[in-house]
Amino acid sequence: MESHVTHQQRLWLYLLTVLVICFLVLPSLIVIPMSFSGANSLMFPPKTWSLRWYDNFIHSPQWLEATWVSVRVAFFTTLLATPIGTAAAYGLHVGRFVFAPVIYGMLIAALMVPVILIAVGAFFLFAQLDMINTIPALVLCDTLLAVPFVLVTVAAGFKGYDMNQEQVARSLGAHRFKAFMTVTLPQIRASVMAGGFFAFIIAFDEVVIAIFMSGGEGATLTNLMFSSLRDQVDPTIAAISTLMIVLTTIPPLAVHILSLKRQRR
Amino acid sequence: MAISTAAANLPGDAHYLTELEQDARREKRQLFALCTPGLLLTMLLLFLPIGWLFWFSFIDADGNPTFEHYSRIWTEGAYVQIFVITFQISILVTVICVLLGYPVAYCLSQLPAKWSGLLLIGILLPFWTSLLVRTYAWLVLLQRRGIVNDTLIDLGIVQQPLPLMHNMTGTIIGMVHIMIPFLVLPLYASMKSIDGSYLRAAANLGASPTRAFWEIYLPLSLPGLLAGLVLTFILCLGFYITPAVLGGGRVQMIAQRIEASVHLYPTWGPASALGAVLLLLTTLILLASHLLLGRWRRRLG
Repeated sequence: MESHVTHQQRLWLYLLTVLVICFLVLPSLIVIPMSFSGANSLMFPPKTWSLRWYDNFIHSPQWLEATWVSVRVAFFTTLLATPIGTAAAYGLHVGRFVFAPVIYGMLIAALMVPVILIAVGAFFLFAQLDMINTIPALVLCDTLLAVPFVLVTVAAGFKGYDMNQEQVARSLGAHRFKAFMTVTLPQIRASVMAGGFFAFIIAFDEVVIAIFMSGGEGATLTNLMFSSLRDQVDPTIAAISTLMIVLTTIPPLAVHILSLKRQRR
Repeated sequence: MAISTAAANLPGDAHYLTELEQDARREKRQLFALCTPGLLLTMLLLFLPIGWLFWFSFIDADGNPTFEHYSRIWTEGAYVQIFVITFQISILVTVICVLLGYPVAYCLSQLPAKWSGLLLIGILLPFWTSLLVRTYAWLVLLQRRGIVNDTLIDLGIVQQPLPLMHNMTGTIIGMVHIMIPFLVLPLYASMKSIDGSYLRAAANLGASPTRAFWEIYLPLSLPGLLAGLVLTFILCLGFYITPAVLGGGRVQMIAQRIEASVHLYPTWGPASALGAVLLLLTTLILLASHLLLGRWRRRLG
């Protein structure tokens, strides 16, 4: 196709693509220099440099407490969502049920319902159970959101795996669970780990449910960030944002670059 | 365990089955059991509460059945306004995303893997960055004395700083930024699967590249475009965070109204009715796009 259109004629297309990608990437990156600003205002570029906003974060009991809540919620969500999603992916892949599309649709239904409705519904449900502002309630809600991602990721992993290998292990006398753990799991490890990483990030980043279901001392980091963004903009958020960018983008970026290198070889 | 009790409850004609068939059935049940934790979670945390909310939307403060929460949505000007604004923003954001995202997805699908892989990072990076971080970044960029306004003044394009946030403009910029990857990724995936030989055939038959694009490529890319477009649109309809922060309370969309109703009213009725309408709209749009996609697929083979 390219033979009929020269690169020069396509210049506008390349230019637009680069501009759109700059529009997507640059705004988040601007947060990083902001976080090293020495001033109290949101001037960019900062006139003086300092670590005061990181210092502020480390010495604020409120921010630290919220971070600890978020880390625990994300950790337990990963612990719960990864096996649930992997088990369902396995069941659907091997079972080939007649109703598989229905089961699959139900398992990923949480993706199609606006999060605000999940949040209101969960708020109502957990208010009846007197579990508002508890970590288990947050973990359960975030697990609901994370399972579809684990399911889709692990299901993709199964597509590239030959199930006969597990059959061999079983015909040699291994119990199904043992055959899965020793033969299948090591080979789909990458997709299970990716699913678990998704689960962690989804739970850590979740805002809407956290606004409804957490508060006060039990507020998550995102809840605290949201309320301080709405009320007064505190540059400490720039420091926290920088830490979050590092936490959430470095691992997938590394994986992506590694896979690009492998492709090239 | 659940599996063994289920096996014991087999109907009376079980002994007619050969042992092999029984084995196969048991295996299916075991495999289905693996899906049950996920299904249970969805039932308890998604279907049950939402069913409950639907029920509440038809009940008034005294517990009597009523349609007042719904009739209020159609009759009260404030509510009508919220729906109008929600649709305005969602349509505008989707249109901008299509105008910017289609050329990008097209460009990515045409480039050699080396370049498209690199540029794809640019689409995925914001995907992995927290929504709040990105909204915060726009807060910094779009403020009265922010970079955008400073640059515009320095270039002499405007004399006074433009009001870029705490209004529609800021909300739309922030939402487009978040939605573009949702449009580009499915579109790019579907463009990658378009068979280039159709275009070569068109060229062989004398079509200009422009004509081949409009008459061959564009129609073939429509299913992917529709998938991305619908995803973007329904995400916009229920969007909460960015409009709440960048709209500064002045831009009220359905989701903000639902959140406010939960705190404002002593009963669940008003919030439930709004939620039910939002869910209904979302479902209808998904269903319509599903049917349309199915028809296209059949026609294209």
